[in-house]
Amino acid sequence: MADPILEVRDIRVEYPTPEGPARAVDRVSFAIHPGEFLGIVGESGCGKSTLLFAITQLLTPPARLAGGAVVFKGQNLVQLAEGALRTVRWRDYSVVMQSAMNALNPVKTVAAQYADAMRAHGYADRAAIRARSREVLSLVGIDSVHLNSFPHQLSGGMRQRVMIAMALLLSPELIVMDEPTSALDVVAQRSLMVQIKALQRSLGFAVIFVTHDMSLVGHFSDRLAVMYAGVIVEIGPTRRIFDSPGHPYTQGLLESFPSVYGPKIPLKGIPGAPPNMVMLPTGCRFHPRCAKVMERCSIDPPELYEAEDLSVRCFLREAAHVRCA
Amino acid sequence: MSAAREGESRGNRNQAGALLEAVALTRHFRIGGLFGRTLHAVDDVDLTLNAREIVALVGESGSGKSTVARLFAMVFRPTAGDIRFRGRSLREIRSRRDILAYRGQVPMVFQDPFSSLNPVHTIGYALDRGLKLHRPSLSRAEREAEAIRVLDSVGLSPGRRMLERYPHELSGGQRQRVGFARALSCHPKVVLADEPVSMLDVSIRIGLLNLMAQLCESEGLSFLYITHDIASARYVAHRVVVMYAGQVVESGPTEEVLHRPVHPYTRLLLSAVPDPRAELNIAATDLGEPPRVVEPGEGCRFRWRCPLAISICAVVTPRLRPASPGHDGACHVTVGQAAPAA
Ligand SMILES: Nc1ncnc2c1ncn2[C@@H]1O[C@H](COP(=O)(O)OP(=O)(O)O)[C@@H](O)[C@H]1O
Ligand SMILES: Nc1ncnc2c1ncn2[C@@H]1O[C@H](COP(=O)(O)OP(=O)(O)O)[C@@H](O)[C@H]1O
Ligand code: SF4
Ligand code: SF4
Ligand SMILES: [Mg+2]
Ligand SMILES: [Mg+2]
Repeated sequence: MADPILEVRDIRVEYPTPEGPARAVDRVSFAIHPGEFLGIVGESGCGKSTLLFAITQLLTPPARLAGGAVVFKGQNLVQLAEGALRTVRWRDYSVVMQSAMNALNPVKTVAAQYADAMRAHGYADRAAIRARSREVLSLVGIDSVHLNSFPHQLSGGMRQRVMIAMALLLSPELIVMDEPTSALDVVAQRSLMVQIKALQRSLGFAVIFVTHDMSLVGHFSDRLAVMYAGVIVEIGPTRRIFDSPGHPYTQGLLESFPSVYGPKIPLKGIPGAPPNMVMLPTGCRFHPRCAKVMERCSIDPPELYEAEDLSVRCFLREAAHVRCA
Repeated sequence: MSAAREGESRGNRNQAGALLEAVALTRHFRIGGLFGRTLHAVDDVDLTLNAREIVALVGESGSGKSTVARLFAMVFRPTAGDIRFRGRSLREIRSRRDILAYRGQVPMVFQDPFSSLNPVHTIGYALDRGLKLHRPSLSRAEREAEAIRVLDSVGLSPGRRMLERYPHELSGGQRQRVGFARALSCHPKVVLADEPVSMLDVSIRIGLLNLMAQLCESEGLSFLYITHDIASARYVAHRVVVMYAGQVVESGPTEEVLHRPVHPYTRLLLSAVPDPRAELNIAATDLGEPPRVVEPGEGCRFRWRCPLAISICAVVTPRLRPASPGHDGACHVTVGQAAPAA
């Protein structure tokens, strides 16, 4: 297999709080290959956005990178100066955040914002900028008349498309997306997912896609990482995880959304809520909510046990791991 | 058919037992000042809620769902048509006292659990205020007992401990439960729940849907459950009413509508549900753009997006017709002309 385009190693991020540091992301590691689609799922507050900020070097104080490396095409982004980062960002990787309304400048037209982004990367030819702007908009199914629109003149779905088109401007090899569809209706959401997937297939970029709704990425991601309380609790091929999830948390997430087709079964969801990152439970961080909790779970923290193609942070998988080793 | 005759035949169609019903309910808004145009938020909607029934009102944003809820809640008055609560027209409810009593019996629960509670007051204070307003005959001690009872019944137990908590100390799901507790404290008959779970995490949503089902069962409450997610509608609702661009396009018993959807819009909604257990079957060509409701004119309002549209669709507005007993659809193509007229 080709070398990974991005390797995240032992990333740790802390927020200072009056009660001590909140470790929002704790030793997260994974790799993503060229053209791969990685979904990152977990409930709100599990550290998904913080992880994306750390990867893209967009963390702002008081958040602090407490350790780890982000190796993008052989270069450790953590050690790059902001000037060098600005060159890499947008050209080599781009970012689509949850709220386009916050990411877009409300007093500039779409065309002006695209032009700013391109000029910052050395494009000066106005005609070329215009042509590329039209091109990316048509890629996401938006008429180029909207180049002259201001963000508030667009529907929520169109704004997200405008953001995704902007991320495509410089043909990056990786696009990082944080819940780009969560504020949309079901139809707009699904149609945007289909479009992102089609673009990824035809243009070949890799995607890291974060969502709290696991069902959303089921058809789209190649691999899935499940985060809980700042750590990855399960990572492996998407189909494999949907067919037989290894971690009780993943099982809970999968049992949280009703089906439109199958038999109508009562669902329970997951009782309780994710923990406060300052006062983490001892042992397994999920143990207070786990349906399969055992005695040792509240004492020892489980490792990420690898067996076959799946890595799962749960004692129940320890035996499988030993057999494979 | 004359408008008068039509109203009459519709009235006959609604069962006697209806708790809350809208008949030809219409609400327009004037927009854009002097040379303004008319926005048809709700047009000619019939909707019935029976006792102990959960009806889901499904549709994407801009289809008029919240306007229907606000008309039911007497926040807006209808432009035309009528709403009846236990057989009595809301037009007859005029005094402040009667409106207050009605709102206690038909309370609303809102989408945003973060802005619907005042951050400076405790949960106990919020409940007490509602009780003072809606049930002035209760003593202080009785109000407290009642607050504890409703908190317990929405799963916020022990309710007594909840009383001193502030909104910021609660999770989104807990705050939404407080919203339901507040509605319950007035001894309601029907709860208007406007997207009560849309802003919550998926893992939290199911608990609230279960709560609605349980309150329907144990307290005999009815719910108008508003959502854009037809899968969650299936999970809790006995009947489903699908709205598009201010009009009802399909309605019927939940399983019937889900298994034999007749309207192309219902089919689109179904195909858009992210269900990893099902095949991926939506075309990326439908961008999910909001419906056009400003001066919509004649013709089917879904025709701009409809894969089945034919020439008549641009000229004649399709009326709701029975596709099977109790199951209506408004489509020239999929609901046969031969179907019996009203
Ligand atoms: N500015 C901040 N100060 C302190 N804690 C924060 C701050 N921002 C986020 N956190 C904490 O970090 C954790 C992860 O948050 P976030 O990355 O936003 O999660 P997610 O994106 O999965 O919802 C949460 O527990 C949150 O409370
Ligand atoms: N007070 C109002 N004034 C003008 N237009 C309104 C008002 N309330 C709602 N509308 C419009 O009515 C239509 C239906 O809105 P709404 O009932 O909120 O739909 P939904 O709840 O299905 O998203 C929308 O086009 C909306 O902009
Ligand atoms: S380690 Fe124990 S508590 Fe943690 S997920 Fe596994 S069984 Fe549950
Ligand atoms: S009436 Fe015509 S446009 Fe409307 S849903 Fe039916 S086929 Fe489509
Ligand atoms: Mg986030
Ligand atoms: Mg609404």
